[in-house]
Amino acid sequence: MNRIVIVGAGPAGIAAAEVLCARGHRPILIDEGEQAGGQGYRQPSAGLALDMSRLMGSEAGKYDALHARFANLKGRIDYRPRTMVWAIDGRTLHLVCDGRADVVEADTLLLATGAMDRVAPLPGWTLPGVFTLGGAQVALKDQGCLIGHRVAFLGSSPLLLLAAGQYREMGGEVAVVADTTPLRAKAAAFPAMMRSPRTLLRGLAYMAGAMRAGTPLLHGVTPLAIEGEGHVEALRVRDGRGRERRFSCDAVALGYGLKPETQLADLAGAALAYDADFRLFLPKTDGFGRSRPGLYLAGDGATIGGADAAEASGALAAHAVLTDLGASQDIAVIRRLARQVVRLRGFQRGLARAFAWPVAQIRAQPDATVLCRCENVTIGAVRAAMAQTLGPVEVNRVKAMTRCGMGRCQGRVCGPALQEIVAGVSGQDGAAAGRLRGQAPVKPIALAAAADTAP
Amino acid sequence: MTGAQFKRVTPRSGAPVTLSFDGVPLTATAGDSILATLLSHGRFVRHHEFGGGPRAGFCLMGACQDCWVWSGHGGRLRACTTPVADGMALFAEPQPLLPSHE
Repeated sequence: MNRIVIVGAGPAGIAAAEVLCARGHRPILIDEGEQAGGQGYRQPSAGLALDMSRLMGSEAGKYDALHARFANLKGRIDYRPRTMVWAIDGRTLHLVCDGRADVVEADTLLLATGAMDRVAPLPGWTLPGVFTLGGAQVALKDQGCLIGHRVAFLGSSPLLLLAAGQYREMGGEVAVVADTTPLRAKAAAFPAMMRSPRTLLRGLAYMAGAMRAGTPLLHGVTPLAIEGEGHVEALRVRDGRGRERRFSCDAVALGYGLKPETQLADLAGAALAYDADFRLFLPKTDGFGRSRPGLYLAGDGATIGGADAAEASGALAAHAVLTDLGASQDIAVIRRLARQVVRLRGFQRGLARAFAWPVAQIRAQPDATVLCRCENVTIGAVRAAMAQTLGPVEVNRVKAMTRCGMGRCQGRVCGPALQEIVAGVSGQDGAAAGRLRGQAPVKPIALAAAADTAP
Repeated sequence: MTGAQFKRVTPRSGAPVTLSFDGVPLTATAGDSILATLLSHGRFVRHHEFGGGPRAGFCLMGACQDCWVWSGHGGRLRACTTPVADGMALFAEPQPLLPSHE
């Protein structure tokens, strides 16, 4: 029988496993997490008395349903939690689980690797107390902790308001919600957002909640600096009217939308192409999630679409797997899923246009701003390398010369900003600046574990 | 540096765990991550190897690799995804191996 391996147990991976199971397959489901659910539907760790219904709000029903479905599925699949795929070599996946190495051969590979926050650098962003917006939510869901006592939310995303609302709800103090997106850009995106009225209403409800609570809500800000001696003490921004504002806080949550985790897709041979709306390199697939023969991509790891799109695209990719294995399919089901994915991803594309990645602000950052957190490389160092005669104009060459993107995170954090800095200095568009290539191991592993099964 | 970075808003039930960070004993509850434990007692988890500035993690989901701490038992641990265990000896800087592990 064809061995099907799914990587990632978020909504996309779970939905894919369900469809395959229903047709008599027993897929291997590999997940780095201790518990299934991915980041958005993450469950509290053991013993934590967290009221998830209250925290998930309007999404509580979906949260409960997904975990109930997974509980029902668990015994019928080969589920491998706490397991990281660190390399892909042909059909062979190299794994490490609890420090022990393993390999698995995949005839069919379905990647549902999810996403992380995209962040823009600013002075002071390496201070303790600055975390990603998604991280601020993970600290709460996974550990029952807030990232600080008085938190500023900065970036360009409707999720700033969602997370700030969750923090208020849990007893946190919100210093400010500062969005780089001007209000008129949000208004202009209204028609596109009507494709998902329920999500739009949720967004408006978050805004109303913030206003009722008296949270300062700024649109069209220019971030200036995060200040503090040894840890965060304040966020300084220029507001939409050009006034400088300083907000005392002991933590900052940073989020400029999401970026797919594409490293494994890259290693598995997926083609990637620049997307001008997201300003990111995204894996190319057909409308069902097919990448190359035997490789399928679903969820936010393929294209940012949110949890509902992830679930639908996971099911859709699993149907594509079944079709390619020669199984007969209910075409009506496939059509419905495909329409749903197109609609929801279209909505996210509208959001990405409205809540834009602040290209001009990033390119205007001072030389002293750290770009690469891992290797402590400043934006000035990148500019200086590029200013040399015959200096590099492509991100991988810049990386080779400056070490920007060469650290332990493999450019997951600095990659999008590096791409904009390089494009800005060389006067090219983001596509020409290129992307940092994925490398094995995709995350650090102990050499001893790697030596057991190294490719 | 005094004060805690994290604010715990939800209690946890479970076995008590004793560990240490830079020689200072800390208590936690089974299920707590190393990161949540260190940041509930302080403001950083390590000193950066290039420049020495304090770091406290960033993505909190195992992607950014900013929160690795040094273990007295050799090697490093990613604080945000590693649960605490009784007897852990953690450090902000690389350590010579403890005599028992040489």
